[in-house]
Amino acid sequence: MLSRTAENLYWLARYVERAEYIARTIDATLRVTALPAAYIGKTNEWESALLTAGVSTSFYETYQEATEQNVVEYLAFSPANPSSIKNCIEAARLNSRSVRTALTSEMWDTINSAWIELQEVWGKGTSSREELARFLRFVQETSLRFDGSAYRTMLRNDAYWFSRLGLHLERADNTARILDVKYHVLLPEEEHVGGPLDYYQWTSILRSVSALTAYHWVYRETLKPWLIADLLILNDTLPRSLASCYSNLVRNLDQIGVAYGRQGASQRHARGVRNRLEHSHMDDIFQHGVHEFIQEFIADNSRLGEIITKQYLI
Amino acid sequence: MAVAFDEMNGPGGDLRPAYRELSRWLKETPPDALEYRRQEAELLFRRIGITFAVYGDAEAQERLIPFDVIPRIMSGKEWTVLEKGLKQRVRALNMFLRDIYHGRDILRANLIPDDLIFQNPVFRPEMNGQSVPHDVYVHIAGIDIVRIDADNFIVLEDNARTPSGVSYMLENREIMMRLFPDLFARHRVAPVERYPDELLSALRSVAPLSASAEPTVALMTPGVYNSAYYEHSFLADKLGIELVEGRDLIVKNDEVFMRTTEGLKRVDVIYRRVDDDFLDPLTFRPDSALGVPGLMSAYAAGNVTLANAVGTGIADDKAIYSYMPEIVKFYLGEEPILKNVPTWRCREPKDLSYVLDNLGDLVVKEVHGSGGYGMLIGPAATKATIEAFRDKLKREPEGFIAQPTLALSTCPTCTAAGLAPRHVDLRPFVLTGSKHVTIVPGGLTRVALKEGSLVVNSSQGGGTKDTWILDE
Repeated sequence: MLSRTAENLYWLARYVERAEYIARTIDATLRVTALPAAYIGKTNEWESALLTAGVSTSFYETYQEATEQNVVEYLAFSPANPSSIKNCIEAARLNSRSVRTALTSEMWDTINSAWIELQEVWGKGTSSREELARFLRFVQETSLRFDGSAYRTMLRNDAYWFSRLGLHLERADNTARILDVKYHVLLPEEEHVGGPLDYYQWTSILRSVSALTAYHWVYRETLKPWLIADLLILNDTLPRSLASCYSNLVRNLDQIGVAYGRQGASQRHARGVRNRLEHSHMDDIFQHGVHEFIQEFIADNSRLGEIITKQYLI
Repeated sequence: MAVAFDEMNGPGGDLRPAYRELSRWLKETPPDALEYRRQEAELLFRRIGITFAVYGDAEAQERLIPFDVIPRIMSGKEWTVLEKGLKQRVRALNMFLRDIYHGRDILRANLIPDDLIFQNPVFRPEMNGQSVPHDVYVHIAGIDIVRIDADNFIVLEDNARTPSGVSYMLENREIMMRLFPDLFARHRVAPVERYPDELLSALRSVAPLSASAEPTVALMTPGVYNSAYYEHSFLADKLGIELVEGRDLIVKNDEVFMRTTEGLKRVDVIYRRVDDDFLDPLTFRPDSALGVPGLMSAYAAGNVTLANAVGTGIADDKAIYSYMPEIVKFYLGEEPILKNVPTWRCREPKDLSYVLDNLGDLVVKEVHGSGGYGMLIGPAATKATIEAFRDKLKREPEGFIAQPTLALSTCPTCTAAGLAPRHVDLRPFVLTGSKHVTIVPGGLTRVALKEGSLVVNSSQGGGTKDTWILDE
């Protein structure tokens, strides 16, 4: 297939996934900030939402203060923020238009309808928490529908594989970013008994990767920070864990390699990262430092993006 | 202006046979049921994303072309005549182009003034002596036809460069069949869906000699911001070929390749929807970012076929148009089946003075204009507009032609006040391959939605209709 087509499919999936992630971040932050001030203490959750979205620096170029209104506006609707939900959906549609021939009609319909709704219903942003909640649900449903229609309707060929690469690469990046911002609340301290604030922080992390219920199914335990870290980093059964993302990246890259009769740098690099995740234990990671581990992962992940681009997309 | 011929209710208000069933169906169908389906159609169009862009209109970057659900119907007999005339015309266009870029017999016969060719900006000296596979220049032609009475179809314009609109022909039918199965059941409507197959086989038939047995065809688009982008992606999809932009192509050793995830792949035939000027920055406009450097040299080396060929603009130029009857006679030795609109060439002093004296009754068009822009419709214009146009005309008479206003036929159309007659034209699409000239029965009917308006262009508020040719 055309390199440009592969590139568009890859970015299309990334943008849709990113829009969902930002929506989840806002949603999780809303829940924490709905708690009585006594629980939250002095930390500004909206500040931390900006950090998890990776747009903290650019935010302060436009705004003075990280208030709920400002942050929601910036994350969800601002044209100045390249990763705002609005911009993600617009970029997704532009990419879709460029590769219409490679999309199934269900996928196109999802993106196109979302784009129309974005303008017609959400053109002026939201003016209440109820409206915002409805908007966030719309974004998450769009992503689910897109993902589902890709899964159910696309031919299993390179178009599908490149789109999945974008999805899993973006997803791995998102999960790693939450961990990077919140790692300090996950540090195991010997006699640490989580206070109410920590408890809400932990649920909030799980919620933002839709893993709250999954946690209980997997561990059948009350929330323990190191188990949360284990789930998000190493547990292959959780779709948003780093390990699961890399199993998928390796699988899709292998399929491309087989179809094209050639392996390359991206297959090698992805396998390397996956092997490291497979052979890691949470104890070692904590000993080495979660922060360093995550930082390294983020760098490796974006490196994979560069290698894929060089090998296939240009 | 004469009273327009209505295609449903002919002169004297007698229902014409082709419309008998439709008329009966309309009487049986309650108006709100029709309205409901009209809304349904609009929704479908929007969801599918069939839009076009209007240049210079930031507010409405993507617009829907209004679709009118009342079909325009022609009998098989009428179509047979039309089809013969169209094939004849397109054959002549191809022979004319071959001649202009080679022996130039027609100039030596003094049928067309030399400077009309050589000083014409759409004449491409690069094509002199260049041979093209099977001497086909215009693989895809969109001939604009209007009807003035029961017997006469007239050619308004030959589009021999990159005619668009065929996606609407196909999608309109698709949507009509979905929404009005009951109406189809009462008619035998000739299908149009084989168009993509015929287009693909025409394109493959003109592959260069150096191509493999299975030539690779690609559709080249200027990109998502082009007004006809939807059509480009739609056609590439239906044809099952890659939709490429200039940046996807690269020329090496006079061969054209596309960049794919598996490396470079040779392209043999390019159905290009990019104008000549933007094809190759090394040959034409150096500022073009849409084109492919070196494309023209691969073309000259005979390693790639461009469809349509470069330089076909000289055949559909409005100044050349007025010579079409002579062109048909010269190359085919036949009387033209389809008539031309009588045309005054403002470059000729006698014609100019007639035009200046009768501006209020004429339509004056720019020789190089298209899309209905830059023209004067005398009977509908204010005095001031006419006077302003008079100055323009005097300054540069060779830039204009003039024609009488035609009483375009009308068809019943949905309006706010119920069904009412609106003026229509027709653009059938004529395909030329190595062996045959083919036309899918039908075409794109454009309708001027404003009462009394004669401008059917989509950029100026025109709509479209499904066109039915009855299979009798």
